[in-house]
Amino acid sequence: MNRSFHKSQTLRFYDCSAVEVKSKFGAEFRRFSLNRHKPGKFEDFYQLVVHTHHISNTEVTIGYADVHGDLLPINNDDNFCKAVSSANPLLRVFIQKREEADHYSFGAGTLSRKKKVLVTLRDEGLRRRAHLDIGLPHDFRPVSSIIDVDILPETHRRVRLYRHGCEKPLGFYIRDGTSVRVTPHGLEKVPGIFISRMVPGGLAESTGLLAVNDEVLEVNGIEVAGKTLDQVTDMMIANSHNLIVTVKPANQRNNVVRSSRTSGSSGQSTDSTTSQHSLPATHVLQNFHPEELESDEEADIVIEGTLQPQSVPRMQGAASGSLSRANGSTLTHRLQRDLALHGSVHRLLCSLKADPRHSLVLPQGGVEEHGPAITL
Amino acid sequence: MRRFLRPGHDPARERLKRDLFQFNKTVEHGFPHQPSAGYSPSLHILAIGTRSGAVKLYGAPGVEFMGLHRENNAVMQIHFLPGQCQLVTLLDDNSLHLWSLKVKGGVSELQEDGSFTLRGPPGAAPSATQITVALPHSSRELLYLGTESGNVFVVQLPGFRTLEDQTISSDAVLQRLPEEARHRRVFEMVEALQEHPQDPNQVLIGYSRGLVVIWDLQGSRVLCHFLSSQQLENVSWQRDGRLIVTCHSDGSHCQWPVSSETQQPEPLRTSMPYGPFPCKAITKIFWLTTRQGLPFTIFQGGMPRASYGDRHCISVVHNGQQTAFDFTSRVIDFTVLAEADPAAADNPYALVVLAEEELVVIDLQTAGWPPVQPPYLASLHCSAITCSHHVSNIPLKLWERIIAAGGRQNAHFSTMEWPINGGTSLAPPPPQRDLLLTGHEDGTVRFWDASGVCLRLLYKLSTARVFLTDTDPSENLNAQGEDEWPPLRKVGSFDPYSDDPRLGIQKIFLCKYSGYLAVAGTAGQVLVLELNDEAAEHAVEQVEADLLQDQEGYRWKGHERLAARPGPVYFEPGFQPFVLVQCQPPAVVTSLALHSEWRLVAFGTSHGFGLFDHQQRRQVFVKCTLHPSDQLALEGPLSRVKSLKKSLRQSFRRMRRSRASSRKRRPAGPPGEMQAASTKPERTGLQNMELAPVQRKIEARSAEDSFTGFVRTLYFADTYLRDSSRHCPSLWAGTNGGTVYAFALRVPPAERRTDEPVRAEQAKEIQLMHRAPVVGILVLDGHSVPLPEPLEVAHDLSKSPDMQGSHQLLVVSEEQFKVFTLPKVSAKLKLKLTALEGSRVRRVGVAHFSSCRAEDHGEHHLAVLTNLGDIQVVSLPLLKPQVRYSCIRREDVSGIASCVFTKYGQGFYLISPSEFERFSLSTKWLVEPRCLVESAKMKSHSCPSNGNGPGFEKALGPTRNSGSQSDGEEKKPGPVMEHALLNDERVLKEIQSTLEGDRGSYGNWRSHRMAVGCNLSSGGAE
Repeated sequence: MNRSFHKSQTLRFYDCSAVEVKSKFGAEFRRFSLNRHKPGKFEDFYQLVVHTHHISNTEVTIGYADVHGDLLPINNDDNFCKAVSSANPLLRVFIQKREEADHYSFGAGTLSRKKKVLVTLRDEGLRRRAHLDIGLPHDFRPVSSIIDVDILPETHRRVRLYRHGCEKPLGFYIRDGTSVRVTPHGLEKVPGIFISRMVPGGLAESTGLLAVNDEVLEVNGIEVAGKTLDQVTDMMIANSHNLIVTVKPANQRNNVVRSSRTSGSSGQSTDSTTSQHSLPATHVLQNFHPEELESDEEADIVIEGTLQPQSVPRMQGAASGSLSRANGSTLTHRLQRDLALHGSVHRLLCSLKADPRHSLVLPQGGVEEHGPAITL
Repeated sequence: MRRFLRPGHDPARERLKRDLFQFNKTVEHGFPHQPSAGYSPSLHILAIGTRSGAVKLYGAPGVEFMGLHRENNAVMQIHFLPGQCQLVTLLDDNSLHLWSLKVKGGVSELQEDGSFTLRGPPGAAPSATQITVALPHSSRELLYLGTESGNVFVVQLPGFRTLEDQTISSDAVLQRLPEEARHRRVFEMVEALQEHPQDPNQVLIGYSRGLVVIWDLQGSRVLCHFLSSQQLENVSWQRDGRLIVTCHSDGSHCQWPVSSETQQPEPLRTSMPYGPFPCKAITKIFWLTTRQGLPFTIFQGGMPRASYGDRHCISVVHNGQQTAFDFTSRVIDFTVLAEADPAAADNPYALVVLAEEELVVIDLQTAGWPPVQPPYLASLHCSAITCSHHVSNIPLKLWERIIAAGGRQNAHFSTMEWPINGGTSLAPPPPQRDLLLTGHEDGTVRFWDASGVCLRLLYKLSTARVFLTDTDPSENLNAQGEDEWPPLRKVGSFDPYSDDPRLGIQKIFLCKYSGYLAVAGTAGQVLVLELNDEAAEHAVEQVEADLLQDQEGYRWKGHERLAARPGPVYFEPGFQPFVLVQCQPPAVVTSLALHSEWRLVAFGTSHGFGLFDHQQRRQVFVKCTLHPSDQLALEGPLSRVKSLKKSLRQSFRRMRRSRASSRKRRPAGPPGEMQAASTKPERTGLQNMELAPVQRKIEARSAEDSFTGFVRTLYFADTYLRDSSRHCPSLWAGTNGGTVYAFALRVPPAERRTDEPVRAEQAKEIQLMHRAPVVGILVLDGHSVPLPEPLEVAHDLSKSPDMQGSHQLLVVSEEQFKVFTLPKVSAKLKLKLTALEGSRVRRVGVAHFSSCRAEDHGEHHLAVLTNLGDIQVVSLPLLKPQVRYSCIRREDVSGIASCVFTKYGQGFYLISPSEFERFSLSTKWLVEPRCLVESAKMKSHSCPSNGNGPGFEKALGPTRNSGSQSDGEEKKPGPVMEHALLNDERVLKEIQSTLEGDRGSYGNWRSHRMAVGCNLSSGGAE
């Protein structure tokens, strides 16, 4: 057992490098402390926890409450470090049996609702999912989703397709067509752009959020009315790293039905934009900000080639492997993500707190901060 | 970053924008595509109609007008009204249009006054009113219209009122013919209609079956008639009216004496110039007298049918000399320019021939009848244009040397002044000397004077002689011996047949200070040339650049590389090649850059790029840009051709199968049912086609897309590539896959330049994550000004760049503009064009825009052409979109591909294979025709009678009018309006009023306009 773990040690003699841990499993509590600066490895921590609770023979998941009261998982070294370093002053750890755990219970506000969640889970959710083993996501990343439900008319749907880190093709086709619009002069046929085909196994199909014959109204906040099929194609491809399409689904039966306009998903109260549902032109992309787009975009890669080898040559990952072919063999490379990424990481980390939908943990292997640039 | 998405509404900036930018399509250079009508020399002005309904007038160099019919119909005939600035056009929908040149604000404008369609009596066949010939009468009020039915209708001008009582019907003519002529069916359509050269009361009518009558307009009687046994093609009436020359469909022409007393049934003389074997028709003839007495006979066609029936010839016979001018394209029409003096003889001095692809003028006064070099209507497309390159502000020295080299090539042209010299050009002299270089499919580069309204050929460079080709390039057009029959002589420059498509020029780069020129072609050949005023014979050094660099397993399936001619080659004065770099594999050269100060040339293909030191004549380095999976680029173009063939074959097969199956389904029955049954599957087929509309796949670009290695742009810059303390020469290359490579160069100082090698090492590689093709690279200095061209600073023509502040790198891809800091390549700014607008960058160029108000204010910006045909100005260095104009139709792919920007905010693009449209984005640099044409009131017989043109013209010498733009009260609308709207008086007035309204708000408009003129003529170059 790692020396840094001090079993059941109370904080009688206060040590500023120690973090007090209160671990809860069912109705039982255990207390111990960790070294804030050298928390150690997740595997060791896991062993410690199951050992202290005497549940070594059961699979459990470990979560903790962060400063905002959100229940977040501890399942790797990184989020374990984060949990320890952000504990102020107490680190509250929650342990659940894995078959009982529902990864949906992680997230914003979950802690305050936890009791209810657990009750409902035990009552009917558990029965339903008894044989369905849903694992925890090993890493956090944005996924494709419906956004801006609170500001769009119910007949429209805004879908954000995340291709990030995903090897799947976007996988859909668009075509020209005609749609019927209500105008002051009555119904009018106007040209429109429609989804014509889904590639089986593609991202668009796998999300289930887009369907054939859905009319495309906007691409990343820009209306497509008056644009040609080729223009819309180019716009979509140019935005393919973070594509937000607003569609009018051909099948209107699955629309989100809102009981009241005030109950926005992000808890916003009614503002001027929500009262203008009938006019698609006034829609703003609520969750779409240019800054965010910049940050979501993958940054350009700059490879420096020099004759003198750098003091610390770094060559990592598949990317540099493919690039080294192009470079001369005598050259050493420094894969350097430029400033944009540096900024983007910060912004994303900030957004982690601000936007509950955005939860991000840096990938394993780590991004090492290094002056103004980040070197992989 | 957000601020770039919202264009600011700074009123001061908006005002400045108005002073800086303005979009005009100013002038069309080149030869009208598909000219479909002849021309008429009146006012010494040539009129050409096109198949798309445009009318273009050309006079003295610089005098140009253009009008567009509202109908998009081909112009069939154009006739000037004698003695007036008016003309009548006949379109192929049988409508007549009256146009006039009106003087407004000191300059003439062409506008349509009215139109008319001849209506026959109710129930008449449409052919009854189908106009075959038109004759504007010298009374200036009547227009005689010969028709297919044989009737001649009379219409009053300018109101187009039909005078039915004056109609000369074929029945009336028949009744007034003597008995012996009446029994034959001699009528049918009117082929010729001419006014008596001296007596306006007599009109000659020629019918296609061979009857020619002279009709007395006042007495309504036949004065005399001539009957020929052959089909009549055309008639020429001698200037005193005593002799008629007819030409016929069997290739013969006859002379008939005119006298009302004795009726002569037989012609005076019949001749079949290219007999005795069957000949093609002579379609038009001129018979002209000279002071010496011996006449000129000039006729079109009549060649022996079997052996020369496919030639397009015009023969000139005079004083025992006979030459058949052989044109490479169909002859549309021709005319002969003759002296105006009524007392003397015709004395023809020039033959003007409008062929389908070029205008040829032949000097008839100089022995040997040499051609005259046209100052305009140049055949840009004598071999298909494959690329173009514009160089602004040529130093006088280089300009003179190019002209001198070109002068020697043009020795075979006549020294005669350009005979079509009507009107006065009021345009200020061109502000600077500009060169437009066009590369052609046959391996030639043509140097055009693009300074002014007239695009003039200065010099022609042929690269073919460096290579061994199947046919030796023989320049001698008059290779045939003297006693050959028929005495054919090739004239004109239009020659669309290329010996070898590999010779085609793809990229051109001229350094205007050093006279170095680099040209690159289809088979991976890169030639470096130097301007030499003397002829020379030397061997061209040949170097191979292996761009694959030992990449294994690739096989080039495209064309072979060109074989260079071994040993010394003779080069005429001009640009002489001294180095030939041949890329291996011999793929098309896709980018080229020349740095004359460092003596380096960089070239790129779809496989990679290389750098060549043309001082030491050795290769510095090559770099392969191929992606291993890019099989398509490796195999070359042939494999794609094959697949195209395959897909074509498949689609044919599919079509045949569907036809067969529909036939099988067809039930046997009566023919009517068959019809219905056969249309049904067709209709369902159509419906099926509608059900399967065009689809576009939405997929992110990946590194595995083909042609990622394709090098799109190369750029030399002296900048901070490695660190911020030392700048060094560098070479930048951008690929189709969104990669930018930067190489640091070490160029030895001048004293050791010949001894020490140039070194290069890769310093940077930038992979744009959006992976769009890189179309432009530019370095901005510390003041955010683009780096000057090489040698510009050395020649004191540019401020030296600011090397103190930090430099910035601008990378333009098809989708984004992106500014990076140097030397640390970190993104600073970007403009995402495609993501916001769905348009992609096709062409980009840096242009200097000067304000039309403040003399010293000027800004550098990017001129951008998108795939939608829009032209935008994007500011430097902040990348804010400034203005946007739609310029080219988005469907006009070749127009968009051919666009080239100048350094001062103008540009050119091809509107047809043979015409460049010139446009201007600048308020200050505007080249447009401004000219004046006025009709003189003097009356004298001038031109020789013209077959189906105006019977005779009043002499209208070019009148010089000193009153220029200053005395005009009215404002001339912009030339864009002139093109499109000037047919409509009402629209014009509206524009006028809005402009006048503008004038109030803008301040003194006219003084502004004058200031522009002054600036242009002072020609201040930056």
